[in-house]
Amino acid sequence: MSILRKLGEVSLDYLYRMGVMGMFLLKTFFYVFTPPLKINRFVKQVHFIGFQSMLVIVLTGCFTGMVMGFQGYNSLSKFGSDAFLGPMVGLSLIKELGPVLSAFVVTGMAGSAITAEIGIMRISEQIDAMELMGLNPYRYLVVPNFLAIIVSLPLLTALFDVIGIFGGYLVGVKLLGVGAGTYFGEMVSYVDMNDIMEGVYKSLSFGIIIVWVCCFKGYYTGVFTGFGAEGVSKATIQAVVLSFVLILVWDYFMTSLMF
Amino acid sequence: MRKFDLELGVGLFMIVGIICLGYLTIKLGKMEVLGDKGYEVQAVFSNSGGLKTGSSVMIAGVEVGRVKHIVLDDYEARVVINLPIGLKIQEDAIASVKTKGLIGEKYIEITPGGSEKIIVPGGKIRETQSAIDIEQLISNYVFGKL
Repeated sequence: MSILRKLGEVSLDYLYRMGVMGMFLLKTFFYVFTPPLKINRFVKQVHFIGFQSMLVIVLTGCFTGMVMGFQGYNSLSKFGSDAFLGPMVGLSLIKELGPVLSAFVVTGMAGSAITAEIGIMRISEQIDAMELMGLNPYRYLVVPNFLAIIVSLPLLTALFDVIGIFGGYLVGVKLLGVGAGTYFGEMVSYVDMNDIMEGVYKSLSFGIIIVWVCCFKGYYTGVFTGFGAEGVSKATIQAVVLSFVLILVWDYFMTSLMF
Repeated sequence: MRKFDLELGVGLFMIVGIICLGYLTIKLGKMEVLGDKGYEVQAVFSNSGGLKTGSSVMIAGVEVGRVKHIVLDDYEARVVINLPIGLKIQEDAIASVKTKGLIGEKYIEITPGGSEKIIVPGGKIRETQSAIDIEQLISNYVFGKL
């Protein structure tokens, strides 16, 4: 009997959390579309999420492209079709690796920081103070992050794609001797506008996932993960792990939807 | 100075990101920035062999245009091709669907004709040659019909 009761309690708890999470997203959407917008906070967050992730995006993008160059050449030359290295690197970067890996980088660099920042504001009762002063914490903490990530992530993904294609070019053309014309010419003839739009849609939806999970975990630090430093660290871990899992799961559904 | 740095960084990031997005969409996505330059010509094939929108159109192996769209019309494939304005196609030119390599993608090769008459924009290439069905060829060979 007590086991049954425990099971019910756990499921109800989960259901409750999912409901709170859904309500959080709905509220965020509501405040995104209603003025006033805190422009200064927004610019600051674009600087934090976009500009400060650029170096890491460039590094990961370059090396991902270079690895794709090696691996692609290795597999394709077995079939004598190493002319298709360009399309392979281009398509897999634009459709899959670019959006997913840049979303991972942003989760690791910005998402965790957002959770920790909002979490600490929660446990040190700064959010309560804001509410007491009649200020809306969503407008100051959630909406600028939301808009900043929506703007930044597609641009970071585009940067990742271009740098990755360049990395593939370095390895494929300069190192392994595929013709430069073949690499770019075949890529141009195989990559389509639809492929690029798929990448953009994916990165937009990943952006929403990241900002939703990370802001939610930070905002509800005290409620769901306990107060104190331990609560913040728990919230941050949960935010990063949940973002990663949701990104990959959602990526599968997006791909099957657009297939 | 700190505020200046912040805005400089954001501006730099936006410029770099938009340049990259522009490169992807215009160079790889083949987005027409200034609208379609050129004119359209139709060709009807009994078998287009899996030709796609955006497939290339070649003359003497040089890419001159692209397939704009394909529709099924009276159980035949009506293909609309976009060609640059300066390029003149004779009335008796032949459009044929060909394959890049053995298993490559399909494209349209236009063989110029000798007629004085030029196809006007919106006109039609009369002489067409459908895609070669390699499996059909092989089975003809195997069963001795060749």
